[in-house]
Amino acid sequence: MIEVRNLSKRYGDKKAVNDISFSVGKGEILGFLGPNGAGKSTTMNMLTGYISSTSGQILINGVDILEDPIGAKSNIGYLPEIPPLYVDMTVDSYLNFMYDLKKCKLTRKAHLKEICDLCKISHVRERLIRNLSKGYKQRVGLAQALINNPPVLILDEPTVGLDPSQIIEIRTLIKKLGKNHTVILSSHILPEIQAVCDRIIIVNKGVIAADGTATEIANKLTNEHKMTVRIEGTKRTAEDKDEIISALKAIDGVKYVRADMEREKGVYDYDIESEDEIDVRRAINSLSREKGWNILMLQLSDMTLEDIFMKITTGDIEAVKPEAEKKASLDDFQISMQGSMDFGDESSSDKSADEAEGGEKPAEKSDKKNEKKSKKGGDK
Amino acid sequence: MGAIYRREMGAFFTSGIAYVFLAGYALFSGLFFSFGVIGSGVSDISPMFSSMFIIVVFLIPILTMRLLSEEKKNRTDQGLLTAPISLSSIVLGKYFAALTLFIIAESIVFIYAIIIALCGEVVWSTLLGNYFAMLFLGAAFIAIGLFISSLTENQIASALIGMFVLFVLYLMDSLAANIPVEFIQKAVVSAAFYSRYLELTRGVFDLSTIVYFISIAVLFNFFSVRVLDKRRWG
Repeated sequence: MIEVRNLSKRYGDKKAVNDISFSVGKGEILGFLGPNGAGKSTTMNMLTGYISSTSGQILINGVDILEDPIGAKSNIGYLPEIPPLYVDMTVDSYLNFMYDLKKCKLTRKAHLKEICDLCKISHVRERLIRNLSKGYKQRVGLAQALINNPPVLILDEPTVGLDPSQIIEIRTLIKKLGKNHTVILSSHILPEIQAVCDRIIIVNKGVIAADGTATEIANKLTNEHKMTVRIEGTKRTAEDKDEIISALKAIDGVKYVRADMEREKGVYDYDIESEDEIDVRRAINSLSREKGWNILMLQLSDMTLEDIFMKITTGDIEAVKPEAEKKASLDDFQISMQGSMDFGDESSSDKSADEAEGGEKPAEKSDKKNEKKSKKGGDK
Repeated sequence: MGAIYRREMGAFFTSGIAYVFLAGYALFSGLFFSFGVIGSGVSDISPMFSSMFIIVVFLIPILTMRLLSEEKKNRTDQGLLTAPISLSSIVLGKYFAALTLFIIAESIVFIYAIIIALCGEVVWSTLLGNYFAMLFLGAAFIAIGLFISSLTENQIASALIGMFVLFVLYLMDSLAANIPVEFIQKAVVSAAFYSRYLELTRGVFDLSTIVYFISIAVLFNFFSVRVLDKRRWG
C-alpha cells in the first residue's frame, strides 16, 4: 500500500531523514515513534506530498508521489500535527469545503454525516471552529482526513491535547479505521503506539532504529531478566540487607543482586538480575518462606518499550543499529509478524499481567530522570 | 479551484476585509465622483477613474494580504497542498476570488452612471473604457499582491510591502524622468503603469496596455505557483 525506498531529506547540510526504507501493507496500523526532531513529521510530510524528498521514492497504492502527485494524494487522508482548520468557518462548511477540495464523489450528505458520527462531532457541526476545544478541533481534523474514504490514513500525533477519555476514544476509532484503511500513526507517546499499532518503527536522528512488533523489538534488543523485589527481613533493620543479598546470590541462576533504597521502614528493595531463560521467581519465593522473610512486592523490570525507546534514542544507537538494520528487512519482518500479530492483547501469557503490574515502574523512573534534569537545569 | 474560490469569497466577508475594501473603494470613488465629476458639472467619469489609481494602490494590498500568508501561518496550507489538486488551481482560486471582489467594488460606477443619467447624458463608451481599464489594472495589481502574500507569513508585512511595491509602480513615470541613460528611461516609461493607465482612462484604446496588464497578471500568478512549489523543495 505504501512503499518507501531510500528516502532522504536534506535541509542544507543537515540530513533530517537519511535513507529510510519501509513498506506498509493493506490494513496495517504502523506506529511511527521517535523523539522530537527525529524526522517523524518530515517523513509524514514527504509521504503526503507536502514537501518533496531530496532523494528516494514513495509509492502510495502503486502511484509515485512525485510523478503523479494528484493521483497519489487522492489515496491519502492526512491529519497533520496542527490540524489544517480554518477557524473562521463552521465545522459543517469546513467539511463541505474539504469535500469539494478532495473532489469527493460519494453522496455528500450521507458521507459527511457518517464521518461526523464516526468522529462524534455531529452535535457541533453548526459551530465555528474557532470556538471549539482542542479535542474537538482534533476530531474535526480527523474527520477532514476521512473525507473521500482514502485507503491510506496518515495521522501525525492525533491524540495531542486530548483528555484521557478522548484519547481512548480516538485510539478505539483508529483501531476501527485500521480494519479498512492502512494507517500510519506518529507519536512520541509509547503506550499509545503500543495500544494501537500492529507494528512499530522507531526513528532517531533521521534513520530507522528499529522495526517490528513491540515484543519483537523488545526480544531482539534485550535478553536480560531483571526484577525488583521488596523483601522484609526477620530483623526489619539494615542488618537484614547483607544476609538477604548473600542468600539471594546463592540461588541458582542469579547473576547480580543489589540492595536499593529503603522503601518502607526497615524494608529494602533488591534489584535482581538472572541468567537468560532462567526464571528465579519461584526460587526466591521458596527461599523467603524458608528464611521467614516476607515478600512485599515483586516487579519484573524487563525492558518495556519505553526502556527500549530511551536506549535507542539517548545515544546508545550504535549498539542497536546492526540489530535494527537486520530487522528493517521486510522479509524478516513478515516472517516474524506471523508469530505475534497483536501484541496488545497478549492476555494469554502471564507476561502481560506482570508487565501491567510493572508498567508503572519505568514511567516512574523516566519521570524522576526528567525531574532531576530539570532541577539541574534550574540550578544552573 | 471552485472550492478554494468559494471559501475565499466567504472568508473575505467573515474576516471583514470585504467590507473594508468595498467601503474604502465606495468612499473614495464617491468623493472623486462628487467633486471631480458632479462638482465640476461634467458628465465625463474619467477624472474619477484616474484619481482612483492611487487609492487602488493602497486598497488592493489589503485585499490580497492574507490570501497566502495566512494559510502558511495557520498551517492550513498543509490541507491544501496535500489535497489532490494542483498548485495553480490553489493560486487561481484565490486570485479570482480577489478579482471578483474587486469587480464588485468597481461596479459601483454603474450607480454613478444612474446619477449622471438623472442630470445629463452618460457617455457609455468612455465609462466602459474606464471600467475595463480599471479592471485590467486591478487584475495586474491583485496578482502582484498575491505574489507578495506568498512570500511572507505576516499579513501586515504582506500589506505594507504590497503598498510599497505598487506605490513604486505608481511613481515609475516620475522616476523615469531622472534616469540619464536613454534606453533604460524608455524601458521604464514603457513599463510604467500610471501613464499607461491614464491613456486608457482618456479613452485611448491601446491593445499593448491591455496585453501588458494581462501579462503582468499571468506572470505574477505563475510566480506565486513557483513560490508554493519551491517551498516544498526547501
